[in-house]
Amino acid sequence: MIRFFANANYDFIKWRRWAYGLTAVIMLVGAFDLVIRGLNYSIEFTGGTLIQIEAKTALPMGQIRQSLDNVGLHGATIQTFGSDTSYVIRARTSAEADTTGGDTVAVAASVTRAFDATAGAGNYRFERTEVVRPKVGKELQGKAFLAIILSFFVTLIYLAARFEWRFGLAAVLATAHDVLATIAFISLMHIEVSLIVVGAVLTVVGYSLNDTIIIFDRVRENLHKYRRQNLYEILNLSINETLPRSVLTHGTTIATTLALLLLAGEVIRPFAWVMSFGIFTGTFSSIYIAAPILLLIEKRWPGEDARGARALGARAPTPATPTAPAAPRGAPAPPKVPAR
Amino acid sequence: MSTIRGRLIMIGILALGSALSLLPRNVTLRIPNGAGGVKDTVERRVPISLGLDLQGGIHLALEVDESKGPVPDCADAIQRAERVVRTRIDQFGTTDPVVQIQGRCRLIVELAGEKDPARAKSIIARTAFLEFRITDMQNQFQAALPQIDGVLRRAGVKSRSAAPSAVSQLFGNDTSKAAKDSAAEANTPGALSSLLFQGQLPGEFLVPEEQWQVVDSLIQRPDVKQAIPRGIDLKWGAQVESRGATSYRPLYAVESRPIITGEELQKATARRDQQTNQSIVEFVLSRRGGRKFGEETARHIQHYMAIILDGRVQGQPRMMAIIKSQINQRGMIELGSKPLQEASDLALVLRAGALPAPLMIVEERAIGASLGEDSINDGIRAGIVGVALVILIMVGYYRLSGALAVAALTLYCLFTLAGLAAFGFTLTLPGLAGFVLSIGIAVDANVLIFERIREELVHGKSLRLAVEDGFKHAMNAIVDSNVSTALTAFILYLVGTGPVQGFAITLIIGIAASMVSAIFVVKTLFLIWLQRRPTMTTLSV
Repeated sequence: MIRFFANANYDFIKWRRWAYGLTAVIMLVGAFDLVIRGLNYSIEFTGGTLIQIEAKTALPMGQIRQSLDNVGLHGATIQTFGSDTSYVIRARTSAEADTTGGDTVAVAASVTRAFDATAGAGNYRFERTEVVRPKVGKELQGKAFLAIILSFFVTLIYLAARFEWRFGLAAVLATAHDVLATIAFISLMHIEVSLIVVGAVLTVVGYSLNDTIIIFDRVRENLHKYRRQNLYEILNLSINETLPRSVLTHGTTIATTLALLLLAGEVIRPFAWVMSFGIFTGTFSSIYIAAPILLLIEKRWPGEDARGARALGARAPTPATPTAPAAPRGAPAPPKVPAR
Repeated sequence: MSTIRGRLIMIGILALGSALSLLPRNVTLRIPNGAGGVKDTVERRVPISLGLDLQGGIHLALEVDESKGPVPDCADAIQRAERVVRTRIDQFGTTDPVVQIQGRCRLIVELAGEKDPARAKSIIARTAFLEFRITDMQNQFQAALPQIDGVLRRAGVKSRSAAPSAVSQLFGNDTSKAAKDSAAEANTPGALSSLLFQGQLPGEFLVPEEQWQVVDSLIQRPDVKQAIPRGIDLKWGAQVESRGATSYRPLYAVESRPIITGEELQKATARRDQQTNQSIVEFVLSRRGGRKFGEETARHIQHYMAIILDGRVQGQPRMMAIIKSQINQRGMIELGSKPLQEASDLALVLRAGALPAPLMIVEERAIGASLGEDSINDGIRAGIVGVALVILIMVGYYRLSGALAVAALTLYCLFTLAGLAAFGFTLTLPGLAGFVLSIGIAVDANVLIFERIREELVHGKSLRLAVEDGFKHAMNAIVDSNVSTALTAFILYLVGTGPVQGFAITLIIGIAASMVSAIFVVKTLFLIWLQRRPTMTTLSV
């Protein structure tokens, strides 16, 4: 019988400061990148025209760009897509051009002219055309934002009902961390933010919550089972007990996500990238963010049996820094001695 | 024993139901034949509908174009536009065209398999044309039928009874059948008249739905057009009418000359008459139109008037207006005891022709069929590799128990696909990705259970008790985590559009299916296993 991490006994919570630091670095770099470059929104959100063309033979990129310029598509970007005979041309629609209405048809016609010039008529075909007006894009942006906020709200309520609000808050904060970290990742990797990518972010939300809940469920159970241990110990115990499961489940999900990333084609690739990172950050945050935050919350607003307070308080079996439940805000005193 | 039997029966029913809903069945595909007509082919395939991104096609979102002046009531304008687009949808060679209003003021049109976006857009965005015409009261067309049959016989078109092979024969790619049929040709009835059934109104004929393409191609022939009496046109009805088990499409012989067109119509409203309790549609014509209509209706009292929108006769056949007296500027169409809904529909048709709504395309997606095919192939390849890796991990780590989980995983795939088929959900490319991903997530429940069983065994519990408690104790975590994932997927469904909704649906169905397969099915397998080996002391987990 293979057993990973059987009877593991690591002090995960001890490393929380390092974890905060690591995550803060990622987010700061991401935020910096976000401010400098901005997110790379797909035309679904900005409005514009996307045309994918499959040519019979590879065409020199410079020449395509030249002929796109010649037909007046100056702002258009061109990229190869998966193979060197497949090209994607993106042209954002300017707000002025949108009011006249004829713009989008004009772009398709211009692209046709440009490719007739470079490849010759009949040597290429349009594989995909997407035209979105900026107005619709604006709506979508609003909807995507709404979806993420709404999913937080609904899970908070569900967790409050199933556990208690302290657990719910900790889980939602950890998930918010995942969303921010994922956005930082998207920005750094310069992944195009399309509707599918927003879907991936929401899936990360679900996945990360799922993972946090598995650990919290064990915490809830252990709180009943071990009346003498404080919350610090119980958190560590619960994370260690669920460790084999974490390894296995993340193993299978990473396996399927990698399969998607490497084999499912160009359209799904951004989704697979975001999911791969999301699985990583979801796992990380369940252990290093959600659990320590629960500790902080319990300390700030002690629950009924005040065991969260006990974790860092005077009544802990292994005396830690004596801190009263009403500790100064924002200055949590960590235990100097590992509790186990 | 009885619990195991009950469980097995339950699983059997579920698996059988799923397999049944996935059984390949005949689907009629309507394929354009290039010459403007369409041809029906019947194909056996698994009844999972593919999204446009997988089979290729065109998705259009339209709104009322306000660039040339404000449109006061966009909801009404979009309803009228929907009516018009529905009338025209036959012109596309698509299997399941989608025309639906999204929100208040947006119209979604989806045409699977359509390759030419320019053509599609021009057909959809064309303004509507409404006309009133008197039906063929003298039965001139019926009188000319033998002559038309004669023309067809001379041209070598064979009459055929209601065999589906008729279609392929017509297009000349079923020669063996044609040769066989020619023997029986001598005493068969006329090629066209045998397909027409007399309707209840003058000038009305009913054509079995599966034959209407044939009839349409016949009446489009130049030699047949020649033989149709001068001054008479043939127009198809917009709605299919069912009589018992068969559906019929009405064909009307109407006068070529419209007595009035939509330009003259100014207003149309539906209401229920308080005194007579009848549904009526009232309409108002322009002054010029009223004068013309007055003259015409005076000559056609007791005649039937067909309301034709974009070349299709609107309304149920018996709803066709009978002219009772001269109508001038203000007219009224009585619908008797028909529900108000039908009157509203008719008023909508009239308004659609009277006030054509200029449409603007706000979103367009056209995907080539080959790209869609590539996407499916890539998706399936990724799925197979993903599943293989999951099987490797599970069996490698949990041995026999892992193998049981893998067995349940096949049922999971079956249930998920059946769920998609049964509820008629569309499989999109993100949906396919969601499905592959959900396979990885689906085993999570089993991982939780197996880890629990291991823990219980470590605690020194007996095999039976460890299995029992393992399942019991893992339950809380499984339910909570799956419900929270389902909740986010549900929100994604509510807020998302098209492909993303497909992803959300696949995820939700996948979660439901994994609960059944990972918990119920695996537990049953464990129970059988334990029963078969009562003396077993170590569990392969």
